Amino acid sequence: MRILVLTKPVPDPAAGTERLGPDYRLDRAAAPGVVNGNDEYALEAALQLVEAHGGEVEILSMAPANGTDTMRKALAMGAARGILVTDPALAGADLPTTIRVLAAAASAEPFDLLLAGLDTSDGQGGVVAAGVAAILGLPLLSTAGAIEPDPAAGRVRVRRLSAKGYDVVEAPMPAVISCTQALGAPRYPSLKGIMAARTREIAQRAIADLDGVDVPSGGAWASRVIEAEKPPARAAGRVVKTPPDEAAREIADFLADRRLI
Amino acid sequence: MAAVILAVAEVADGALTRLSTEVATLARELAAQAGGTALGLVVDAAPDAGAAQLAPYLPRVVAVTSPACAGETWAPHAAAEVRRLVDEGVTHVLVGATTDGRDLAGALVGLLGWGVLANASGVTWSPDGPVVEASILGGKAITKSVLTGDAGIVTVRLNAATATAAASPGAVEIRDVAAEPATPAATVLERVAEAGAEASLEEARVVVVGGRGVGSREGFAIVEELAAALGGVLGATRASVDAGWVPYARQIGQTGKVVKPALYLGLGVSGAMQHRVGMQSAEAIVVVNRDPDAPIAEVADLFVIGDLFEVGPALLAELRARRGS
Ligand SMILES: Cc1cc2nc3c(=O)[nH]c(=O)nc-3n(C[C@H](O)[C@H](O)[C@H](O)COP(=O)(O)OP(=O)(O)OC[C@H]3O[C@@H](n4cnc5c(N)ncnc54)[C@H](O)[C@@H]3O)c2cc1C
Ligand SMILES: Nc1ncnc2c1ncn2[C@@H]1O[C@H](COP(=O)(O)O)[C@@H](O)[C@H]1O
Repeated sequence: MRILVLTKPVPDPAAGTERLGPDYRLDRAAAPGVVNGNDEYALEAALQLVEAHGGEVEILSMAPANGTDTMRKALAMGAARGILVTDPALAGADLPTTIRVLAAAASAEPFDLLLAGLDTSDGQGGVVAAGVAAILGLPLLSTAGAIEPDPAAGRVRVRRLSAKGYDVVEAPMPAVISCTQALGAPRYPSLKGIMAARTREIAQRAIADLDGVDVPSGGAWASRVIEAEKPPARAAGRVVKTPPDEAAREIADFLADRRLI
Repeated sequence: MAAVILAVAEVADGALTRLSTEVATLARELAAQAGGTALGLVVDAAPDAGAAQLAPYLPRVVAVTSPACAGETWAPHAAAEVRRLVDEGVTHVLVGATTDGRDLAGALVGLLGWGVLANASGVTWSPDGPVVEASILGGKAITKSVLTGDAGIVTVRLNAATATAAASPGAVEIRDVAAEPATPAATVLERVAEAGAEASLEEARVVVVGGRGVGSREGFAIVEELAAALGGVLGATRASVDAGWVPYARQIGQTGKVVKPALYLGLGVSGAMQHRVGMQSAEAIVVVNRDPDAPIAEVADLFVIGDLFEVGPALLAELRARRGS
């Protein structure tokens, strides 16, 4: 099986140093880059699938040129090679453009499954997988908590998490799957993996290398952030450190005051 | 060009979801501000009840009977109907930021090339079109965004608007299904309801959450009992979901649900940013944590420093005693 995984380099949410630039675009240099959390689940699932069924995992990112640093982390987990679409004209790209670019780059690669994260920690649009599937004319199996391909039958079955539990959905391959943490924790790269990743190929592509993608000139994106602020701080609360019975009464009083009991 | 704003509704078990009534209200209010028109869309194997429930909120509701939705994924079929309405003049599409809603929004972005503003927690209308407020970077910033063209898609979070009916109900128009889904649909073999996942977390007035501090599946008994005593619904952090104590459908936070209850009661929850983004707009936040430095203190209205296995049972007894009296 050939599996292509969309991995987005995002600012490390744990570092807490994300910043918005003057135009309210994310300052991607301000914070260290990591592979988007949900994409790591996708990558882990992909690696397990090729371990079970044979084949290869490839990663695809659209990012500034230094995106290769973050991609090496994904390669160290076990992906065989990477493709980085990078072009100054894509700085601050909107979702329709991101979708068109990723779809065009993916269509140049043969794959049985295209895996993406459910959403991203920096933007959280949660629409890219569906958009890419629509452009490629492939079925989308979204919000996956388990993935079971049947390569002989050319079909794949997914446990799609729902508000109530899950649905079991099935489609012919190739198919697009959006991945969640329910797939299981990503592995830590081994030392051997880290060494091997140094020499693995990351092919760079510019917009001109992609088939039939036009990008609005001068960053005339379909959407624009006009204002950004910190969320309002809540008024300082009350801290209680009393024996359990007393603490319980305090909580009950608090709830009664607010007519919650 | 006057805006024509479409609210795409979702039906669950034959009934309209609460989020759909909010999306519909938003579409109507925005259309009024824009001097345009609003309409609703219900696509389902049996859309009649949902359409009737949607009609009080919008002047016009299009109901499409799509038998395939019973056994296939919904978004490809809904996208085909939205595309027909776009051909008839719809300029803006509003849909809930749900699993199906995001699948639909993504398909439409791909097919129409329209801009999308995601996860709206509020929407107003300006001369440039919709202005969408959303929380990004795991709750670290709140942005306002606009579309630069005169068409686009907005995905809407729960509680972005208060559902209110229009002065007079709208007309329901029944339509035949479009010939083909807009993208290939997947087959739904089975829909499984998991125990403990039924009650709607997002719609609950009281949410009682257990974190890693609860320590085990058995430990959740006290969290569940408190939830029951308060007439609330059980929620979880990612740590307790990952440990397998609680199903993923209960997770609150960046990769789970966003809740805005009247009361959030958290036991053994540290309050990581990724969790807070899903709960910090609760009206009242009460937490029990034995670590006085837990970051959840920053958002708590009442922070009880203590062991949840001592304070929890004491609170349960207190609630029962007060109810008895
Ligand atoms: C990409 C990404 C997405 C994420 N999405 C989410 C998300 O959607 N939701 C989410 O919740 N998390 C999410 N996380 C994880 C998040 O960062 C935290 O790891 C998680 O919220 C911690 O859960 P917790 O508070 O239960 O556990 P911990 O952080 O381990 O906290 C446990 C707390 O319990 C207290 N405690 C222990 N024993 C007791 C006791 N007996 N009595 C009282 N208190 C006790 C401790 O003092 C501690 O504060 C995400 C992380 C990443 C990287
Ligand atoms: N620039 C990008 N490069 C590679 N993959 C991406 C990019 N943007 C989004 N994706 C993929 O699409 C998923 C959903 O992203 P989003 O819709 O932006 O929340 C991510 O988890 C990635 O798998």
